[in-house]
Amino acid sequence: MARKWRNNNADFPQKPYDLIREMLVALGIMGALVLVLAAVFSTPDVPALTAQQVARQDPKLLLQNALDDLSGQDAISTYGPPYNNSGTAQSIAGFSPAQIAGVQIPINSAKVNVLDPLNKVAKIDTSLQSPLQTWSKATVKQRSAWVNHIESALNHATLQHGVLVVPAASPDSYGPLPTMLNAYLGLARSGLLESAIDGGSGPMPATNRTESLLLLQDVPDAQYANQLDMSGNQWGIIKETGNYPGAVWLWFYTLLYQIPPFVNSSSADLEVVLTTGIVTILLVLTPFIPGLRSLPKVFGIYKLIWRRWYRTTTKKGRGHA
Amino acid sequence: MKKNMTRSLRLWVQNTLPMENLLPDSMPSYVDSYVYLFGILTVAALVWLIITGTVLAIFGPEWWHVSPVGHFFNSMHFWSVQAFFFFMVLHLWAQFMMAAWRGGRHWTWIGGWLLFLVSIVAGLTGYLSQNNFDSQWIGVQGKDAINSTGIGGFFNILNFGQMYGLHIFVLPMVIIVLLAIHLMLVRMHGVVEPLPNGKEEVDNGEKVAEQ
Ligand code: HEM
Repeated sequence: MARKWRNNNADFPQKPYDLIREMLVALGIMGALVLVLAAVFSTPDVPALTAQQVARQDPKLLLQNALDDLSGQDAISTYGPPYNNSGTAQSIAGFSPAQIAGVQIPINSAKVNVLDPLNKVAKIDTSLQSPLQTWSKATVKQRSAWVNHIESALNHATLQHGVLVVPAASPDSYGPLPTMLNAYLGLARSGLLESAIDGGSGPMPATNRTESLLLLQDVPDAQYANQLDMSGNQWGIIKETGNYPGAVWLWFYTLLYQIPPFVNSSSADLEVVLTTGIVTILLVLTPFIPGLRSLPKVFGIYKLIWRRWYRTTTKKGRGHA
Repeated sequence: MKKNMTRSLRLWVQNTLPMENLLPDSMPSYVDSYVYLFGILTVAALVWLIITGTVLAIFGPEWWHVSPVGHFFNSMHFWSVQAFFFFMVLHLWAQFMMAAWRGGRHWTWIGGWLLFLVSIVAGLTGYLSQNNFDSQWIGVQGKDAINSTGIGGFFNILNFGQMYGLHIFVLPMVIIVLLAIHLMLVRMHGVVEPLPNGKEEVDNGEKVAEQ
C-alpha cells in the first residue's frame, strides 16, 4: 500500500470552518447578483443580418456581392483551405497547419451563393432557365466581360419598383446578368435566399448554416458591425453589441492583433494563435520554470493576503527566541 | 492472494482522501483572507450558469428571442458567464500571487488552467449559439483564427448544430469532471501554507519555490 498521504494542514493551529455553509451563502449571493444584473442591464439581442435586410436597405451592395461571387473576386474564392485551394493559407516560415489539413469544407462561391439558388428559382419561374443556360454555356472570358460591364454600370443603375434598371448599352454587353440579378434580388427580398443556399448541401441545412453565413461575411457584415461599433480595431470580439462586455478574458489574445509585428502581418491569425498558445503553456508550466515561479515572491502580494497570519507568527517567533 | 481491485480502490481513497480531509470542519488559521472566496464564488457562478442554461435548453434556441421570460433567463445566463469568468480570473491571479502550486500542488494549478481553457471554448460556443448578430459576427470573424490552425474543417464555428451540442452538453460535462478533480486535489493536499515571511526567523529564501 502507498505511504500515508501527506496533508500537513492539521499541523497548523486550526479555526472552525464550515465549507457547506460557505457554499450555500456563495450560491445565495451569486444568485442575487445575477438576478440584479439581469434585471438592471438585460442583454443585447440584435437580430442577425439577413440577405433580405441587405436587399431592402442596400440592394446594390447585395448585387455587387453576387457579382463578386460570380467572378471569383469575393474573399472566400481566394481564401484557401479549408474552403478551396485557390488562396494562400497562413503560414509561419513555411509551416502551414491549414495547408496540411487541406480542403475540408469545399465552397465554390459562384455556385453555392448565386447559381444554385437561382437554379432552384428557375424550377418555379421557368423564364429564368434560358438566361442561366446562357451563363453556364459562356466562356470564362465572356462571363467576366459581362460582369465588368455591369459592375461599371451599377453606379448609374436605378431601382424602379424594386427592379434593377441598368443604363442601356450596346446589345448583349450585360448578357443574361440583368435577368439573373433581378431574380436574385427577388429571392433575397423574399427572405428565402439563405435557405436556398444552405438547402443545397447536407442533410441538416437548418442546423448547419456555414454556406449562408459565408454569403455576407465580407463587406455587408463588416458594414453592419461598423455601425454597431463592433469591428476588429474597435476590439470587436471582446465586446458585444451595444457596448456590453463580451469575452473580455481574451484581452491578451485580442491585444496581440493590435500591435506589431502582428498588426501588419498576412499570417496574423496563425501568429497570434501560436503566440497565445506559447504564453499559455508557459503559464500552465509555471510551477516548473525557475524565475517565473519566483515572481510571486517579487510581487509580494502574498504579504497582504497572509498579513494577519504573519503578524501572529512573528510575535510567536520573538517569544521563543 | 489474488489482488482485489475493489479493496485496493477503497484503501486508496481512505488513504489519500479520508472523510475528515474531504469535508473538514476546521481550517488552518492562515486561511484568513477574502481571496479564499474567489474559488467558491466561481463554483457558485457555475451552478447558476448550469441552472439558467438548463432552463434555456429545455425551451429551445428560439425561445429567448421571442419570449420576455426567455430573454430574462438569457440575461441571467449572460451575467452568470461574466461573474464566472470574473471570479475565475481573480482566483487564478490569487493562486499565482500565493504560488499555490507549491508542495506538490502543481496538478491543481495545471488542472485549473485546463478549466480556464475549456471554459473559454465553452464561452465561445455559447456566443456562437445565440442566433443573433453577435453570433453571426463572432462566427465570421473568429473562423479565420480557427481556420489558420487547420482545425476549422473539424471544429466549424459556422455550424450552429455542432456548436450548440458542444455548448449545452459536451463542454459543461468536461468542466464538471475537471472541477470535481480540481476540488478533490485541493482537499487531498489541503490548503497551501503561507510563503515564508521575510521577517520570520526561518526564511528558506529561494528554496521556497522548489518545494
Ligand atoms: C472553473 C473554474 C475554477 C473553479 C470553480 C475553481 C474552484 C476552486 C476552489 C473552490 C478552490 C478552493 C478554495 C480556494 O482557494 O478558492 C480552488 C483551489 C485552487 N485553484 Fe481553482 N478553480 C477554478 C479554476 C482555477 C484556475 C484557472 C486556477 C489557476 C490556474 C486554479 C488554481 C487553483 C489552485 C492552485 C488551488 C489550490 C489553492 C490552495 O491550495 O490554497 N483554479 N479552486
